[in-house]
Amino acid sequence: MAWVNAIIQGILTGGLYALFACGLSLMFGVMRVVNLAHGDLATVAGYIGVGVIAAIHVPFLWSIPIVVVIMALLGYVLQRTLIQAAINRGDLTTLIVTFGLSMVIENGLLQFFTANSRGIGVNQSIITDSFSIGSQIQIAWLDVIIFVLAVVVLLGLQYYLSSTKYGRLIRAVADDREAAQLSGADYRHVFGIAAAIAFGTVALAGTAYGMTTTIDPTTGTQTILLFAFAAVVIGGLGSLWGTLVGGIVLGVAQEIGAQINLSWELLAGYVIFLVVLIVRPQGLTSRRAQS
Amino acid sequence: MSVTTDSGPFRGDDPRVRAMGEGGGRDGEFPRVTRSRRNTLWSGIGALVVVVIFATLPYTTQPGVWAILTQGLIILTLASMWNLLAGYAGLVSVGQQVFLGLGAYFILIPNMHGVSPFAALPLAAIGAAVVAIPLWWLVSRLRTAYFAIATWVLASAVALFVQQFQSIGGGTGMPLQGLQWADTNLLSADTYWVALAVAVLAIGGTYLLLRSRVGLVLTAIRDDERAARSSGVRVGFARALVFIVAAAGCGAAGGVLAIQQVAVSPGAGGVFDITWTAEMAFAVIIGGLGTIEGPIVGTVVYMVLFETLQHYNAWYLIILGLVAIGVTLFARRGLWGTVEEKFGIRLLPTGYYLWSPAERRRRIGRADRG
Repeated sequence: MAWVNAIIQGILTGGLYALFACGLSLMFGVMRVVNLAHGDLATVAGYIGVGVIAAIHVPFLWSIPIVVVIMALLGYVLQRTLIQAAINRGDLTTLIVTFGLSMVIENGLLQFFTANSRGIGVNQSIITDSFSIGSQIQIAWLDVIIFVLAVVVLLGLQYYLSSTKYGRLIRAVADDREAAQLSGADYRHVFGIAAAIAFGTVALAGTAYGMTTTIDPTTGTQTILLFAFAAVVIGGLGSLWGTLVGGIVLGVAQEIGAQINLSWELLAGYVIFLVVLIVRPQGLTSRRAQS
Repeated sequence: MSVTTDSGPFRGDDPRVRAMGEGGGRDGEFPRVTRSRRNTLWSGIGALVVVVIFATLPYTTQPGVWAILTQGLIILTLASMWNLLAGYAGLVSVGQQVFLGLGAYFILIPNMHGVSPFAALPLAAIGAAVVAIPLWWLVSRLRTAYFAIATWVLASAVALFVQQFQSIGGGTGMPLQGLQWADTNLLSADTYWVALAVAVLAIGGTYLLLRSRVGLVLTAIRDDERAARSSGVRVGFARALVFIVAAAGCGAAGGVLAIQQVAVSPGAGGVFDITWTAEMAFAVIIGGLGTIEGPIVGTVVYMVLFETLQHYNAWYLIILGLVAIGVTLFARRGLWGTVEEKFGIRLLPTGYYLWSPAERRRRIGRADRG
C-alpha cells in the first residue's frame, strides 16, 4: 500500500514538475532560448506573490492572477530587451546573459530578502486540507489542484499553439523566422508574446511551489530549474505532451526513491534522468533523434 | 596588406608559403610567418619575471596579502580552464564545480589514510580527470544550451551522491588532518606557493596546448565549427580532450581550495557550490573569451570587486553578474579582447602572423635606418 501511495503522490508531484518545465520548453521551442534564469524567475514570482498578499491584503488566491499578469509583462519586456539583444548575438551570449541573470536574481533575493524561506498562503484551508483513500493513502487537495492546473495549462497551450490564429503565428515564427517576417509578422513582437505566455506559466509554477512547500533564494537554481530540465529531457525536447510525461516520471521516481530511503529522493530523480540520457537521449515520447 | 590569422595553417616552412614567395626571388619578397608581430621573447621574459615576483611575495609582504592572492590564484586556475572549455571548444559548462568538489574529495580521502594534502594534490587533478571520462560520455550527447544545463544537473547529482557517504563526512564535510601546524604563516605561505604553481601550470599548459596541433583544431572549432568539421577536423576528440584537461585543472584548484580551507564542506557555499562556476565564467567573460590573457584580466577585475564589496554580502556577485551581462552584450570580446583588437597586442601568441612582402621590406628598411 505504501508503494501505491508513493506512485500516486509521485504522479501528483509530477504535475508540479511539468508546470516547472512548461515555460522552459515553450521558450526553447519558439525562440531556441534555454533560459538558465528560468528557476530564479519562478522564485521571483513566488516572492511577488508573498509581497502582493502582504501589501494589498487580497484573499490569497486572488494574488495568483495578479502575479501571472506581472510576470507576463516582465516576460514581454525582458524578451524585447535583454533576451532579444542576446539572441541577436548568438547562442553563447544567450547562455551567458541568462546565467548572469540567474546569479543576479538569486543573490539579489538573498541580499534583500535574506536566506529565510517563505510560504504562500500558510495555514489556509485549501493548502492544508486533504482526503483519504482507505487508511493509508492521504492525498492533499492542493496537490490534486496543482496537477489538474498543470494538465489544463499544458493541454491548453498545446491547443492554443495548434488551433488558434495567434498560436499558428507563433509556430510559424518558430519554424522560419525570415519567412514569417516576409509575410508581415514582426517576429520580435511574437517572441515577446511567447515569452509573456512562458513567464505566465513560470508565475504559476513559482506560486504553486511556494504553496506546496516554501521558497528561498536558492530554490530557483537548486530545485525548479534542475527539475524542469530533467522533466524536459526525460519527456523529450520540444514537446509539451512529453513534458507532462517527463514530469510524472520524475515525480514517481523521486517518491519511489524516498520510499526506499528518505535521502535517496533527489538522487532517484537524477538516476532516471541519467538512464534516459544514456538509453534514449531523444526522450521518452520523441520519435526523431535529437540533432 | 598584412593578415593576422589565428587559425592560419601556414608555417614558414610550409610549401604553400614558399610558393607565394617564389615569384619574387629577392629575400624581401618572401612572406614570412611568425607567431606574433612583435618579438615574443620580451613577453616571455616578462611572464617569468612576474612569476618570480609572485613567488617571492611571502618573503616581502604580510600574510594577509598571500591569503587574498591564494583566493585569486584559485579563481585564475578555474577561469583558465573555463576559458579553454567555452572559449576554444565551445563547451559552455555550468557544472565545473563538480570537478572542483571532486578535487577536494580526492585530497580528503587519501588524507584520511595519512597522506599529506600537499602530496595528494596530483591525485586531485588525476582523479577529477578520470571521473570526467564517463561524465563526458553522458553530456557529449547534448549541444550548447542543453549541454550547459546537463552539466549542471550532473554536478548536482554527483554532489548528492558524494554526500550519501557518511564515512567521508556526509552532508557536513570533514576537516583535513596534518595541517594543524604551529607556524600558521608557513602553512599559508605553502598554500600560496602551491596555488601559484597550479595556476602557472594551468596557464602554461593552456598556452602549450593551444600552440600544439590540438590547439590548431581548437581555434578552428572556435572560429567556425561547421567549417572545421567539414574540413575533416576531429571535433569530437578535441572536445573530449579539453573537457578532461579542464576537469584536471579544476580538480587541482579544488585541492588547493581544500588545503586553503583546511577542510572539505559539500553544502551551501562549499566545494560543490554553483557560485564557483559563476565566478570562473564571469571572470572569463569580463576579461575576454578565447584569449589566454582574458582570464588573467578577468580575475583581476573579480578580485577588485571581491575585495571592495566582500563586506556587503552578495553584492559582489550581483555586480559581477551585471558586468558580465554588460560586457557580453556590448564588448563581446571582453576587456582584453577589446585591447587586443585595438592595438594588436598579443602577449602570449598562439596563432600565426603572416607578413606580406611589402610590410617586411618596410620593417627591414626601418631596421637598417635605425
